[in-house]
Amino acid sequence: MSTGNMNLTLKVWRQKNNNAKGALVDYKLADISPDMSFLEMFDVLNEQLINKGEEPVVFDHDCREGICGMCSMFINGRPHGPKDLVTTCQLHMRSFKDGDTIVVEPWRAAAFPVVKDLTVDRSAFDRVIAAGGFISVNTGNAQDANNLPIPKMQADAAFEAAACIGCGACVATCKNASAMLFVSAKISQLALLPQGQPERYRRVQSMVAQMDAEGFGNCTNTGACEAECPKGISLENIARMNRDFASAKFISEETV
Amino acid sequence: MSDINSNIPEGELTSKWTKYKSSVPLVNPSNKRTIEVIIVGSGLAGASAAATLAEMGYKVKCFCFQDSPRRAHSIAAQGGINAAKNYQNDGDSVYRLFYDTIKGGDYRAREANVHRLAEVSANIIDQCVAQGVPLAREYGGLLDNRSFGGTQVQRTFYAAGQTGQQLLLGAYSALERQIGMGKVEMYTRHEMLEVVKVDGKARGIIARNLITGEIERHFGHAVVLGTGGYGNVFYLSTNAMGSNVTAAWKAHKQGAYFANPCYTQIHPTCIPVSGDHQSKLTLMSESLRNDGRIWVPKKKDDNRKASEIPEDERDYYLERRYPAFGNLVPRDVASRAAKERCDAGYGVGASKLAVYLDFKANTERYGKIEASKAGNHNPDKETCMRLGTAVIKEKYGNLFDMYAQITGENPYETPMRIYPAVHYTMGGLWVDYNLMTSVPGLYCTGEANFSDHGANRLGASALMQGLADGYFVLPYTIGAYLSKEISVKAIPTDHPAFVEAEERAVGILNTLINIKGTKSVDHFHKRLGHIMWEKCGMARNEKGLNEAIQEIRALRAEFWSDVRVPGTADELNTELEKAGRVADFIELGELMCIDALNRNESCGGHFREEYQTEEGEALRDDENYAYVAAWEFKEGVNFELHKEELKFENIKVAQRSYK
Repeated sequence: MSTGNMNLTLKVWRQKNNNAKGALVDYKLADISPDMSFLEMFDVLNEQLINKGEEPVVFDHDCREGICGMCSMFINGRPHGPKDLVTTCQLHMRSFKDGDTIVVEPWRAAAFPVVKDLTVDRSAFDRVIAAGGFISVNTGNAQDANNLPIPKMQADAAFEAAACIGCGACVATCKNASAMLFVSAKISQLALLPQGQPERYRRVQSMVAQMDAEGFGNCTNTGACEAECPKGISLENIARMNRDFASAKFISEETV
Repeated sequence: MSDINSNIPEGELTSKWTKYKSSVPLVNPSNKRTIEVIIVGSGLAGASAAATLAEMGYKVKCFCFQDSPRRAHSIAAQGGINAAKNYQNDGDSVYRLFYDTIKGGDYRAREANVHRLAEVSANIIDQCVAQGVPLAREYGGLLDNRSFGGTQVQRTFYAAGQTGQQLLLGAYSALERQIGMGKVEMYTRHEMLEVVKVDGKARGIIARNLITGEIERHFGHAVVLGTGGYGNVFYLSTNAMGSNVTAAWKAHKQGAYFANPCYTQIHPTCIPVSGDHQSKLTLMSESLRNDGRIWVPKKKDDNRKASEIPEDERDYYLERRYPAFGNLVPRDVASRAAKERCDAGYGVGASKLAVYLDFKANTERYGKIEASKAGNHNPDKETCMRLGTAVIKEKYGNLFDMYAQITGENPYETPMRIYPAVHYTMGGLWVDYNLMTSVPGLYCTGEANFSDHGANRLGASALMQGLADGYFVLPYTIGAYLSKEISVKAIPTDHPAFVEAEERAVGILNTLINIKGTKSVDHFHKRLGHIMWEKCGMARNEKGLNEAIQEIRALRAEFWSDVRVPGTADELNTELEKAGRVADFIELGELMCIDALNRNESCGGHFREEYQTEEGEALRDDENYAYVAAWEFKEGVNFELHKEELKFENIKVAQRSYK
C-alpha cells in the first residue's frame, strides 16, 4: 500500500445528510508517503474504512489537477489547506509533518449547505452566473475573430479574472460568507472586454441581485478571499464591480 | 465490405457539408417548442449543443454528474484548439487541416467527417471570441497561435495552459444563459443509468439523482450523449476521477455499436507515476514540446544528474529519428519512442521510466531575443537565462507550477521528467455522418463518439471536435431526424419501456449493494487497469491480448461475487457510483482487447508488436483493415463485428512519415 512513514491523526467532519447533526471524528493513519496528494491520503483512509466495514468519507473531487474547482476541504482552518495558490487536490503531504493532527471540515456558509460529510451544495454560484454572467450571443452570429483587436494588456487582465475555478474558497474563508470575489471576477472578465460592453451595467445589477438573493454576505474589505484564492484572483475585481454597480445606477437606462 | 451505412452525402468532398446544410429538412419554430431533447454531459460537446439547441427553440434537458456543468472534464484541457484560420500566413487552409488530421489519424478516419470538422473550425474561434473567451493575443491586439504536434503550421489558438477551461466556461456561460431563461432544465449531480427505447427509437433516459438516490424517468424526442472518453478503464489516466463509460456503455447494450475501442491515445508528456498510492496522472501540455527538447543520456543506466550530463552525451532521440518534425511528431510516435528508450535501459529518474523534457536551450534563445529588444546585443548567459525564464513563465507558468507542486522539483532549474500516460480515447460509439448512433434518435458527440480522429488524435483537436459537434454540426443534423418527429407527442413516463428500463437500472444497483463481498471497488478497478496497461496499452501482441481477455473475464466473475459496496442505494453513495462505472469498464476492457486482437495491423495508437517496420514504426495493412470496426453487443457479454469500409478518394494513403 502506501510507502511512506508519516503517522497522522485526522479529525474529519462526518454528517450523514443535510438534516443530520454532524461531528468531528478521529482517525489514525500510518505509513503515509510525503509524495501523496491530500486527496490520495483520503483515498487511503477510505480504503481502510471500507475494509473495516464502515462508510467512507464523502468528499467532492474530480480532475485532481487543480482546475475543475470541485475539491473543497477546509483544512486546519484554511480552505485548501496551508499552502498558497493551490487547491486541495494539488496539496501534497510533504506540506505536513509526521505526527501532525489535521482538522478537515466542509466549506461553511449559509448559501453552501452541507450535503454529506465534506460535500456542500454550491449551486448558488451557477444561479449567479445564469443571472447575467455571459454575453448574449447566439451560435452562428459571430464576426471574424480578428475583426475585433483587443489590446494585449486588456486581454491578459480579462484572462486573469477568468481564471477563477468557482471552488468557493473565497466564500468559505470570508467571515461574512461573501461571494464578492467570485462574482466580481466574472463581471470583471466581461467588463474588461469590448464584447462585454453592451450588457455591462445590466449584468452587474442582475448578478449582484442574485448574489444577495442567495444569502451571501457583504464585503467588508478584509481581503481573506484574495489571500486564500487558489488562483490568485485579485481584490481589484471587487473594486471594479463596486464601481460598475454604482455607475449602473446613473449610466444604465434599464434598472434590473 | 461495409454492412453499415454511414449516410455520407453524395458529391464533391469540399461541397458536401455546404450542400447538406442548405438542404437538410428544417423544423419550424412552433414545432421546436414542443420537441424535447435530452443531452447527457455538459462538457464542450454537451454544453455547446445544449445551449445552441435551446437558442434554436428546442426544449432541452441537460444532465451532468458533477455539482455544476462548469466542472466537466473538458475544463482540464491545457494546450489549445486548432482552427484553419491561416492568421499566421504560413500556408494553412481547410484542406491542410483536413489532410493533417487524416494523416495524423493514420488513415483510419472518415474523410467526409474530417473535412467538415476542418470547415467549421474557423467558426468556433469566432464564436468563442464573441462570447468573451479570453484567448491569447499579440501586442497588435490580434489572436496569437502556437505549434502543436503533427503539423508544420501554427494553427493552435490558446489561453495560457488553460484553453479547455476558458472554452468550457464560454460554453457554460451560454448554457447558463439558457437555463436562466428557462429554456434548458439543468440536472446536476445526476447520472444516466439507462437509455429508454420505444419502438426501436431512443425516447428518454433513466437517471439517478446522486444526492437522494432517487431514480428518475425523463422523456426526450431524441437523446444526445456527450459523455466523454473511457480512458479510466486503465485506472491511471489523465482523465478526471469521475470520467466514465457508463452512459455510452448502457447505450451500447441497447444497440448502439461501439467503434474502434482499441484506439487509445497514450500522451507522451505526463508526470511519471510516483508510487502505489497514485490515483491519477497529470498531463504536461503538448504545447511544451514547442519549447522543450526531449532527451535521454547516451549511456545506459546513467545515474548522473541531468545538469552533470554534457551536451554531447545526450541523445535527443526525436530530433535524431525524425529530423523533419523533431520534438513535434504526433503523440503516438513520441510515446512509442519514449517507451523504446526506457525499455532499452536509457530511462531516467528513480523508476527509470521517464525521459527529460528540457527547456534550457529555448530559455536561452528567448533570453537573447529579449536582451536584443532591450538593446543588449551581446548578453551573458546569466542575463539570457533570467530574461528567457520570464518568457517561459508567461507562456507556461501554470504548467510549471503544477509540475513543481506534484513532484517537489523546480522545472525552471532542472529538466522535467516525463513519461507517456493514457490520455484520450479515439474509439467510442459509432455514429453516421449525422452523429447518430445505430439506435435511431440516439446521438453521440465529442470524445464519446469515434468519428474524427482515426487511430490517433492530433493535439488541440479534441476541443475543436467537441465544439464543432455541439455548436455547428449536431444542431443541423439533428433537424433531419426531428423534422420527422413533429407529430410525436411527449410519451408519458409510465410507458412500459420506461418501467422496464428503470427495473434494469434498479436491478443493477440492488445487486451491487447486496453482494456484500470483501474487496473495495478501487481494488477491482486497479487490477483491471493493470491488465489493460500491461496487455492492451502502448504495445500489444496476440498472446498478451488472449491472456488479458481470460483475466478480465475472471475479474468480472470475481467482481460480481466479491465487491463490497457500503451504505444504501437511497442516499449519496460514492462507492455505489464507482461500482456501477467499474462494472461497465470491466466489460469494455474485454471488448477493447477483442478489438485489438481482431486488428492484425498497427496504426496510430494501436501498436501490435507483430506488425512493425524494420525501424519500429507502425505497419498498417490497408488491404485488410481499412475499416471501422463497429461492435454490436450480444446477450451475455458477447460482441459481433460489423465493418464500415473507409474510402479515401481525396487523399493518397501512404506510409505515415515524419522523417
